[in-house]
Amino acid sequence: MAIYSKEEARSILEKALSFSQADTCEINLGGSNEGNIRYARNTVSTAGYNSNQTLVVQSSFGKRSGTATINEFDDASLEKVVRRAEELARLSPENPEFMEPLGPQEYDDSLTYKESTANITPEYRAKVAQSSIDPAAAEDVTAAGFFNDSEGFSAMINSKGLFAYNRSTNMDFTVTMRSNDGTGSGWVTRDFNDVDNFDAAEASRTAIDKAVMSREAQAIEPGKYTVILEPAASIGLLQNMVGAFSARQADEGRSFMSAPDGGNKLGQKIVDERVSFYSDPLDPRVPTATWNGAGQPLKKTVWLENGVVKNLAYDRYWAEQKGVEPVPFPQGGIMEGGDASLEDLIASTQKGILVTRFWYIRSVDPQTLLYTGLTRDGTFYIENGKIKHPVKNFRFNESPIIMLNNLETLGKQVRINGNLIPYMKIRDFTFTSLSDAV
Amino acid sequence: MKRRDFVQYAGLGSGALMMPSLLMGNPISQEALLAPRMDVALKKQLADVALNTAKSLGASYADARIGRYLNQFVITREDKVQNVVNTESFGVGIRVIVNGTWGFASTSTVTEKGIQEATNQAVGIAKANAILQKEPVVLAPTESHGEVSWKTPITKDFREVPISEKADLLLSANAAAMEAGASFVNSGLFMVNEQKYFASTDGSYIDQDVHRLWPFLNVTAVDRAAGKFKSRQGLSAPVGMGFEYMDGLDSEKVAGPAGMNLYRNSYDIIEDAKMAAEQAKAKLTAKSVEAGKYDLVLEPNHLGLTIHESVGHPLELDRVLGYEANYAGTSFATLDKWKSGDFKYGSDIVNLVADKTQVGSLGAVGYDDEGVKTKKWDLVRNGVLVNYQAIRDQVHMIDQNASHGCCYAQSWNDVQFQRMPNVSLEPGTEKYSVADMIKDVEKGIYIAGRGSYSIDQQRYNFQFGGTVFFEIKDGEIAGMLEDVAYQSNTQEFWNSCVKICDKDDYRMFGSFFDGKGQPSQVSAVSHGSSTARFNDVNVINTGRTI
Repeated sequence: MAIYSKEEARSILEKALSFSQADTCEINLGGSNEGNIRYARNTVSTAGYNSNQTLVVQSSFGKRSGTATINEFDDASLEKVVRRAEELARLSPENPEFMEPLGPQEYDDSLTYKESTANITPEYRAKVAQSSIDPAAAEDVTAAGFFNDSEGFSAMINSKGLFAYNRSTNMDFTVTMRSNDGTGSGWVTRDFNDVDNFDAAEASRTAIDKAVMSREAQAIEPGKYTVILEPAASIGLLQNMVGAFSARQADEGRSFMSAPDGGNKLGQKIVDERVSFYSDPLDPRVPTATWNGAGQPLKKTVWLENGVVKNLAYDRYWAEQKGVEPVPFPQGGIMEGGDASLEDLIASTQKGILVTRFWYIRSVDPQTLLYTGLTRDGTFYIENGKIKHPVKNFRFNESPIIMLNNLETLGKQVRINGNLIPYMKIRDFTFTSLSDAV
Repeated sequence: MKRRDFVQYAGLGSGALMMPSLLMGNPISQEALLAPRMDVALKKQLADVALNTAKSLGASYADARIGRYLNQFVITREDKVQNVVNTESFGVGIRVIVNGTWGFASTSTVTEKGIQEATNQAVGIAKANAILQKEPVVLAPTESHGEVSWKTPITKDFREVPISEKADLLLSANAAAMEAGASFVNSGLFMVNEQKYFASTDGSYIDQDVHRLWPFLNVTAVDRAAGKFKSRQGLSAPVGMGFEYMDGLDSEKVAGPAGMNLYRNSYDIIEDAKMAAEQAKAKLTAKSVEAGKYDLVLEPNHLGLTIHESVGHPLELDRVLGYEANYAGTSFATLDKWKSGDFKYGSDIVNLVADKTQVGSLGAVGYDDEGVKTKKWDLVRNGVLVNYQAIRDQVHMIDQNASHGCCYAQSWNDVQFQRMPNVSLEPGTEKYSVADMIKDVEKGIYIAGRGSYSIDQQRYNFQFGGTVFFEIKDGEIAGMLEDVAYQSNTQEFWNSCVKICDKDDYRMFGSFFDGKGQPSQVSAVSHGSSTARFNDVNVINTGRTI
């Protein structure tokens, strides 16, 4: 199915809007073409191609709103979905927090689309799988991996004259390599907007090496350890921390970001002064769209600077209540790093644990942002500046706030899931039990 | 696909009058969700386009799933309806085997041409990947069902219940919570109707109409002076039922400890909201648990999640075989353990069954998403591991020649694969109530409702929280506890199961969003049990000071 150009999208949206009889109407249109290949047991398992488009209409009469969606765009369907949203709006109770749609906005041109990624073929995907499977089989290792590429667009229009459009491409790759004796496992992830930055063989090699190195792990006592967290390990905890940057939840007293006196922690130092975290849609390493689904422009925003909370996210309603400008949540984050390579961090560690990734992270206590989860796919004991041996996986119970207060060293940044996150060395990270899982 | 084309097709195909509202020029029914479904004869005709195209391109097998997926959400907080959303998604997914290799493609263009193109893509993908294929697909035989249909047995279709009634119910629940001292309440209803048509080159044409419902509730109490907040979730379960689940029938209430009610096949959201507010407030000052070993008394709406994670997932054959190694993980319950015939998964009283037919459950359908008639089967019998969950292309790997009927795709847009059926713990056979169980415990904790949950990728080590915790001292409930989580190992845990209440206490937990696969897909599944006791489980204290 076609990815609509700006003008094609505008034409469908204008047509849909022309059917509106509501006081206000906002319509989002998006579509994607996605291809994937999945492999396991050193052979291909499933592969697919999906194409879908959705149009979402929100119609409002006064403070009554209704939303309806459809994935057919002929005139009759467009009229039908608009009527349906209006019908729902009329049936809906008033929402006192209703905000009228935004007027016209200025958006930066995004950097999210790369032709190379849009042109990926089934043959290319099969080669990616082969780049994992062949070297794995040569080393008594079994590959299970997934490569997914997507090309998509999103657009919106509203009855106040706003129009926005963005086109993007993405590719994501993960592979798990397991030694055939069942005692070792390694993993790697890569993601890019531009597939030309991706080297399947290099990534697969990293995972194979970890699988081989992690064989026959030894059990060591759980407890507090100095850890070197690869970005794939820390990202989950950091994303959960950013999720707590909602001003409203904080002001309502039901968030880590709440201050005991009834306010929030804006302006307070909550983590080590070397921690700075911002979002920038125009960073070419991790570009995002320059507007969000509500039509708000996305600009560079500093969330943590020198350990101090510089911004909390305010939705439009809450911003109005508090008399401040709205601050939308970011779509990706950049944590400032240091110069140290992974090798440097290992070399400077007397006794510690190298963690490839964390898995199954779940909230335990939202008051303290306490999370639990486990290490997976390559956990190693470090002694006197060298990796000494693999260790069995641990369960942790830890808060990203405690983690970032216990920062020892920041390393180089790596792109991970659309974010830039540094390697980090952390002291006193809390592991609470052992797992036999490989 | 243009709706108008459907009408034309119907005229050509069956002569049946379909979509009368469209023909009358008024596509809006009361909630528009009630627009009639596509005529079955037309679906068959379109599905045959896929099957015939695939065969002509060299496919040895093909199936087509034409799906219309309707969702409705009503979302509220305190005295406000925040949103009412209806979604509809319509399209077709086509799966083929060419040269022993799977290919899949989907499209929302449900026309002859759109279907032909998607079938071409599916075949192209299979051919490109066949070069890498080392294990050609082997499909277990399945019956050809001809033209059949199935429908979730419901008495109140959510699509016929006015939005205002739904909103009023939620707002009444919110008001009850606020009156009982809550600081905040979030509540909502999530309703699903899957209209699925399946056709395969095996000669099955299966039309199914599936309904699911999930009322959710979260009540928060804030103590500003102390800088603390605590939340208490609702004790409903998502169900494979119609709106009748919201009737709040007294006959479906089960008395819990400390004056609280628990719910079987009917949910009283107003009563639960009031209790949630009282318990959220009580949690603010509840005693923080002392870490150590306790006998746990686990209520079904809590135990269901533990069953899900520590039994449902590790016994998925695709995980055992390594197909999910890159995402969900593998399993400790390896084939050698099953083959030994004496692997003690749990104590002698532990019987765990898989069931895709249980009335009211989220997993209930007549046929799975590759046309296999659903059934019930044993996974663990008298504590011993006896079987897995397997579908057509994998069951031969455990030397069985019939799929278990647990294949599912979350949408027409996703490829179907093995998904967890309802997995449930059979109730105890002797008369034994929850009150009897509590009386028998010296040092224990009663846990109700779901909480934090985390388990490793081979399903050995897990940690679970809950919604509410009560200390049991010398056979009596001794007040609420907080900061409770238990950590255990799957096999140790199920072998520490010493008592299970009888069938009078049996009810189902449910999850709407069980995630698995790449690209990740969700699936809805229920887990039934009676309250059960597990001895000497390690409890940690999760309280922290920052």
